[in-house]
Amino acid sequence: MSTHLREAILDAPPLEPPTKPNPNGFVGVIREPAPGKPLAVVAEGLVKTYTVGKSTVQALDGINLTVEEGTVLGLLGPNGAGKTTTVRILATLLRPDAGRATIMGHDVVTEADAVRSIIGLSGQYAAVDEHLTGRENLYMFGRLYQLSRNDAKRRAKELLEQFALTDAADRVVKTYSGGMRRRLDLAGALAGHPRLLVLDEPTTGLDPRSRIAMWDAIRDRVREGTTLLLTTQYLEEADELAHSIAVVDQGRIIARGTADELKSDIGGERIEVVVTAHEQIDAARHVLWNGPDADVTIDLHTRRITVPAHGGAARLAEVIRELADASIPIDDIGLRRPTLDDVFLTLTGHVAEQTEGNGNGYLDETRGQS
Amino acid sequence: MSAIATPRAASANSFRQAVSDGLVVAWRNLKRVPRIPELAIFAIIQSIMFVLLFAFVFGGAIPLPDGGSYREFLMPGIFAQTVAFASAITAIGMTEDVKKGIIDRFRSMPMSRSAVLSGRAIFDLVYQSFIVLVLMISGFAVGWRVHGTVLEFFAGVGLLLLFTFAMSWVGIWMGLYMKTVETAQQMGFTIIFPLTFVSNVFVPPETMPSWLQPVAKWNPVSTLTAATRDLWGNPNPYASQGFPAEHPALLTIIWIVIMVAIFGPLGVRKYRSLSN
Repeated sequence: MSTHLREAILDAPPLEPPTKPNPNGFVGVIREPAPGKPLAVVAEGLVKTYTVGKSTVQALDGINLTVEEGTVLGLLGPNGAGKTTTVRILATLLRPDAGRATIMGHDVVTEADAVRSIIGLSGQYAAVDEHLTGRENLYMFGRLYQLSRNDAKRRAKELLEQFALTDAADRVVKTYSGGMRRRLDLAGALAGHPRLLVLDEPTTGLDPRSRIAMWDAIRDRVREGTTLLLTTQYLEEADELAHSIAVVDQGRIIARGTADELKSDIGGERIEVVVTAHEQIDAARHVLWNGPDADVTIDLHTRRITVPAHGGAARLAEVIRELADASIPIDDIGLRRPTLDDVFLTLTGHVAEQTEGNGNGYLDETRGQS
Repeated sequence: MSAIATPRAASANSFRQAVSDGLVVAWRNLKRVPRIPELAIFAIIQSIMFVLLFAFVFGGAIPLPDGGSYREFLMPGIFAQTVAFASAITAIGMTEDVKKGIIDRFRSMPMSRSAVLSGRAIFDLVYQSFIVLVLMISGFAVGWRVHGTVLEFFAGVGLLLLFTFAMSWVGIWMGLYMKTVETAQQMGFTIIFPLTFVSNVFVPPETMPSWLQPVAKWNPVSTLTAATRDLWGNPNPYASQGFPAEHPALLTIIWIVIMVAIFGPLGVRKYRSLSN
């Protein structure tokens, strides 16, 4: 790249502290890895603005991120939070407007070639050639990762076995199921033995069984010592796979820690009530909680209301009595520990978006009615 | 994980790498051909349709001034038209690759920055050679003959293939700019149709309005057609005075050099900055 661009990046003014108020006023805790540990990824103040027609969209608003070698970082956030933009910058596909990032010490802009030879990227859409067979795809990727013909052949065979694709190896990808394509896509990212694996929403749109198969395949890579940066909009996925979770919203990291740390950040237990009649959701909500709407989750579809439980079991007993007094019949009631859903809701003021057909039942979930 | 299988340093030997990566991409495109046979079949049918339409439908109404065979006159133009149209197919293919995300994957790999494009151009060259061969056989069947020497025949074929290569870079560049496969299709045909019809392929440029005649005479499709007609001893009756008529082969080579010199670097530049 040209020197003036490089200078422009190096001379970028120091980043201002975040000024956009968090919708909920909740400031998340951002826990970076302990100093001194070897870092696979370092991103400092990444800014990216897109111009769409006459309006500009600030995709990234100063992303700071580190990933320790040999660990899994989950970038968790809703659609449009900036996850994919971050990943595209780290994978050398996009240049940041400001800030810098290094992979294993190599700058993603000035040493893009070096970065490309140590990363493996698998994107949101299965980027394989559907008119080639699985084996041909992997052979091609191996060759383009600069393996020799024989090594590329051997690597393709090895990966087909590891991803349970041997039976389908010589069929064109067009005939593969969605899950098989994703596994092949992931295998393709591994063709060059990357030190950092970057997965952008690896299971979006997969059925639950394929998703679990994909998780197993990903876990195997991590066990072998590959560092993984993963983006997801599924809380469950971050919980399952990531050692550390960074919550992204509106182009910034708003909290970071392990799943347990994030859950304990937002404090106590929750009371969950399922009312019998749809019409009584509103009435029940007022019995259950007088505090701010943002703390309430209502799933209209399952008639489930979730509120903070200050006072634990005693409060639960109280709530049961109050609901009975108000003549609101219920199907189910209970106390539970906060989930990542609650973390997300508390941090961002909106629930995690779920795509249709994932079977998790988040579709009708709405913010507390106001 | 064997030590041998570790990727070599990307800087190893950039030219050799560019060639080797380009060949891998060309291999990929070639592998696709028998998997989507309809693409090749329609390309050939379309060209044969033009041969039949003009040989049997319009041919009778377009007499050559010196009474030469219209079919011998027509075939070199059909070849030129076919390879020109191929660039629209190339554009569609590139747009599709960008849309389907495979270009992103290539761009995240330690491969040569020109290989995806040069691989496509190499593929087009091989693939169009095959199409042209099939067309030559069909042309032979309807009465097209070559009267020059073997050397002249191959010189004409060489010119045709070089032109294919150049048009391929135009198609690649267009394909990288288009946002959807449909626009690539529209765009390709909107440009290529006039290019092949405002030419000497089917009718004499002299019959066109005077402002259009220079376009038809300098048009690379016309110069290529005139050059191959000359080389193969096919009738080329509309060659009037002027540089394009007197030096069609030279002008075609100049066109080829200009096209590759402009669209090659433009394409690579666009590829490098895709999505930025």
